[in-house]
Amino acid sequence: MNDKPVNNRAWLMVLPVLMFVLFSSVIPTMTVVNYSIQDSMGVNNFFWNGDAWFRELLDPSTELGARFAGALVRTFAFSFTCLAIQIPLGIAIALCLPRRGWAVGLSLVLIALPMLIPWNVVGMIWQIFARADIGLFGATLTGLGLRYNVTQDPVSAWVTIVVIDVWHWTPLVVLLSYAGLRAIPDAYYQAARIDGASRWAVFSKIELPKLRKVLVIATLLRFMQTFMIYTEPVVVTGGGPGDSTTFLSIDLVKIAIGQVDLGKAAAMSLVYNLIIIAVCWIFYTAMTQLDRRGDA
Amino acid sequence: MRQGIAPRLVLILYLVLLMLPIYWLISMSLRTNADIMSGLVLWPRDPTLVKYRAIFNDPSWLHAFGVSLAYVAINTVISVTVALPAAYAFNRFSFIGDKHLFFWLLTNLMAPAAVYVMPFFNLYYAVGLFDTVWAIALAHCLFNVPLAVWILEGFVGGVPREIDETAAIDGYSFPRFFIRIFLPLIANGIGVTAFFCFMFSWVEQLMATTLTSSNALPFAAVMTRSYSASGMDWSLLAAAGVLTMIPGAIVIWFVRKHIAKGFALGRV
Repeated sequence: MNDKPVNNRAWLMVLPVLMFVLFSSVIPTMTVVNYSIQDSMGVNNFFWNGDAWFRELLDPSTELGARFAGALVRTFAFSFTCLAIQIPLGIAIALCLPRRGWAVGLSLVLIALPMLIPWNVVGMIWQIFARADIGLFGATLTGLGLRYNVTQDPVSAWVTIVVIDVWHWTPLVVLLSYAGLRAIPDAYYQAARIDGASRWAVFSKIELPKLRKVLVIATLLRFMQTFMIYTEPVVVTGGGPGDSTTFLSIDLVKIAIGQVDLGKAAAMSLVYNLIIIAVCWIFYTAMTQLDRRGDA
Repeated sequence: MRQGIAPRLVLILYLVLLMLPIYWLISMSLRTNADIMSGLVLWPRDPTLVKYRAIFNDPSWLHAFGVSLAYVAINTVISVTVALPAAYAFNRFSFIGDKHLFFWLLTNLMAPAAVYVMPFFNLYYAVGLFDTVWAIALAHCLFNVPLAVWILEGFVGGVPREIDETAAIDGYSFPRFFIRIFLPLIANGIGVTAFFCFMFSWVEQLMATTLTSSNALPFAAVMTRSYSASGMDWSLLAAAGVLTMIPGAIVIWFVRKHIAKGFALGRV
């Protein structure tokens, strides 16, 4: 990777991207920074507030701090639950996909379908589908004798949101893993067969190492997306019962639009953004380091 | 390859589970509201296309569908166009700050839409783009441009560098080489990238509904409006939901052969 020619004129080719991203990311971010150090009264009255919001936010003994800490814990728990289910499941399904033939195209199209449904429609489908009286999912769970009630019982609400996310986004992991598997030359499998390698050995010694790159992408993308989940829980549970499914994004919108507390919401979103970036940076660096060691 | 019976059964089971909620949606769209609410029905008793007819006869639905397709198309074209040279630069050259710039671009994928809703509202209001398809198309560039750079960079890396050098020796100027030789070589990559841009722009709702008020209402906003107006018209919403899946299904059918190669070459 280090044999690339140094050419600082390459910046010119990156320039169009920079202009778009400056417009759609840096300017709004500066607005958020601006809000975060002010207090708002009414629509257009702003007062200098310094770092008070940040201090309140990071101190769990205040009301705002406790709320933020709660939402943060819930969001992390949600992200890890989803990743722990989706990544293994996605790999398993990708291994089950045929490598050639007419079934490949059809399976891929069907698998990708849930990802192409607008998020509010996803919420709407599950609003009905999870109901015990008229929805298949709710009716099946109740039929099995489980106590299941999305609007009353926090466990049910959690299960529902996780199931929705697994249904909605495991396909992305499947597509990525399948792409990674397809990139393994047939010769590797032939060599393994000659050596009499077991199925597990083929998986752990050939397939998994080759999948590492795409799995990093899948994990990063899925972490970012689950960490900022908004539409589905809002539509299906509304963040409840109580605040059991109130994730960070939901709390943020409640504060920003519900209470019109722009300062608090802005400070919250900056901290929130920094957390995501920090987690991804650690992950990204760790994986690229591993990669370099693997190549050497 | 080693395809036994078990993997096939697992795959079929997974596909069935995956399709069940979608089947439920289609089935709801063919039933009347009273029938939906009356109880669990696995198969619609008297399927009716009334709701689809209602949607196709209502200009506000059709207009909204056009708006959604318009901003998704604009966004996809912009994202792919600006990302192409950048992806080439990131893959072929090293320049001051390249790695940090690349990661910084990725951080925009992590920017929660909820955070940007208020600033975007102010920004697009100030520049006079509020309530136009351009506002949504540009707002979606926030995550689609970095995503496009990321995917395309992998595809650029799949083209051997010797091709660039040979073209230079043959006397091709850089722009001519890029357009005449290089772009056809990564046509698959462009297709896959366009698919992902299309997908993420098509499914995003929060920004799309916040940045519009009446002229450029996207499909999703018309759906939320019909929520409150007539109680819960589940069957109409379901029909609209089914229609929102069609453009995506068409697009994925075209790229199905290449989608599997999508990120395989990608770097992290």
